[in-house]
Amino acid sequence: MAGILVVAETVDGELTPFSTELLAAARSLSDQGGGQVTALVPGGDAAAQAAIAHGADAAISATNAALTNGTAENFLPAVEAAVDSTGADIVVMGQTSLGRDLGPALAFKRGTAVAMDCTALAIAGGRLRATRSCYGGNARAEHTWKNPLQVVTVKGKQFDALVADASRSGSVSSSDAAGESRIKVTGVSRAESEGVKLEDAPVVVSGGRGLGDPSAFSTLESLATLLKGATGASRAACDLGWYPPSQQVGLTGKTVSPDLYIAVAISGASQHMAGMSGSKNIVAINKDGDANMVKVAKFAIIDDYKKVLPALIEEIKKLG
Amino acid sequence: MNIIVCVKQIPDPETPAASFKVDEAAKKVIPAQGIAPVVNPYDPQATEAALRLKGDGKVTVISLGPDTARDAIKHALAMGADEGVLLSDPAFDGMDNFQTATALAKAIEKVGGADLILMGRAAADWDMGVVPSGVGQILGLPVVTVAKAIEANGSTLKVERVLDDGFQSVEVSTPAIISISNEFGEPRYPQLRQIMLAAKKSVQVWSAADLGLGGDEVGAANRWLPLEALYVPKVESNVEIIEGDSPEEKAKNLALKLRAAKLI
Repeated sequence: MAGILVVAETVDGELTPFSTELLAAARSLSDQGGGQVTALVPGGDAAAQAAIAHGADAAISATNAALTNGTAENFLPAVEAAVDSTGADIVVMGQTSLGRDLGPALAFKRGTAVAMDCTALAIAGGRLRATRSCYGGNARAEHTWKNPLQVVTVKGKQFDALVADASRSGSVSSSDAAGESRIKVTGVSRAESEGVKLEDAPVVVSGGRGLGDPSAFSTLESLATLLKGATGASRAACDLGWYPPSQQVGLTGKTVSPDLYIAVAISGASQHMAGMSGSKNIVAINKDGDANMVKVAKFAIIDDYKKVLPALIEEIKKLG
Repeated sequence: MNIIVCVKQIPDPETPAASFKVDEAAKKVIPAQGIAPVVNPYDPQATEAALRLKGDGKVTVISLGPDTARDAIKHALAMGADEGVLLSDPAFDGMDNFQTATALAKAIEKVGGADLILMGRAAADWDMGVVPSGVGQILGLPVVTVAKAIEANGSTLKVERVLDDGFQSVEVSTPAIISISNEFGEPRYPQLRQIMLAAKKSVQVWSAADLGLGGDEVGAANRWLPLEALYVPKVESNVEIIEGDSPEEKAKNLALKLRAAKLI
């Protein structure tokens, strides 16, 4: 029996927004003939009901206390039990701290493969076909599975969550399955949020080596502050010591997907693109009209940022 | 503590997008002319972690790849690792992450195992980050991913992990597998003298047969995750170049555009 199992995540008993995206992705696969959608939901019955409202046909409330702040080893038996009880041949997780570990652990335990951080999913010939980005965003790969069970993790903000529909109904069962973990969690701390956190900022203003001058970052910061956003930097700028590595956007730095990404004097090497290509709207300010960043931008100014930025800040202040 | 570090050689992720080409029929990246492959950027941090933790133990570097991957091993040796093993065989070409994990696991067993196995958090080419889990599953070892700091206290390792929204402290007993994140800190840079010394350190080369891997296990044909297509996405450049007689006028026009689009 084919079917789709979604491994949902909750925080304080509430379904995470990312989990609602997973449910939308699964719903779409179901509509293409992927079978029934079952959500495995830790965190209580209310969250399980919310999963149904967001697109699941049924939910399994995972009740074992070991799953709270649990590791992939704690979760693995719970997911395996859900795969067995539902007969699902597709398992969908988020590319989260948990999914990153649980996806491969489940796949390799069950003798099959996993595709990580997928950006698109489709059913073709009754089987899953997953698209993902690779080579720092320069290429796309499409994968299928050799063995029956198909495990994927999905990239965030690729699927639009469905509006919760309280009239949707489905069965909620419960499962106490969980495993012991050889990895003991001794503490969790949330990231210090000094100003707007780069990854969560709706607007990011980033600078690269093309700035030619580390002091330019103070102008970038002024613009970012004005737009209630955060300031980032390319690896090249961080390597030069112009900006703290904690603010690096890119493959070996942070991944951001703001509504507005303003790239100042950044050419757009794949190392950098990998960290920001999910941005909804890109503005490039660059002297070089042929720069890769200009090609992917929505708006671009081909000019000297030193003259453009102060004027831009003034104009935005005028607009209020 | 005896430590094994797995490293990978990849196309340079700083390659300009314009130089990045794919052979869609072969489903392979065409090496960019004049741009040499590099060590996966996370891997020197794994080597750095090994060198800080080894004490009076030994650090062995393993890499799977073509003959040029010897350079990735030499880099780790120049940083201070003791021995290298290159897993190289034309039959390995086009393998997926589980096949790679299988070959690495066989090699780890063949060198006699270790107290700790370190890898970069992901390889920046395919960027899946699942090989540590695969090796862990095959060898039955616990896997701690995305570590920013490791402290060894006898057979207990205290590891600081980077989460999506913060940090997590965990403890695990050796033997274990840990993948290292960029937050670990700057790896040491090999000095000329060390590079000369590294040239003299031995690098063994093992084939599929040396690892006891059969022809039905290796190669693109036996992938568990078949690659159906590999292509460069068409970037439909819809860029609107903001015009103006001066930089200031362009800035003003941009501000108006952004406001009209409700982006500011």
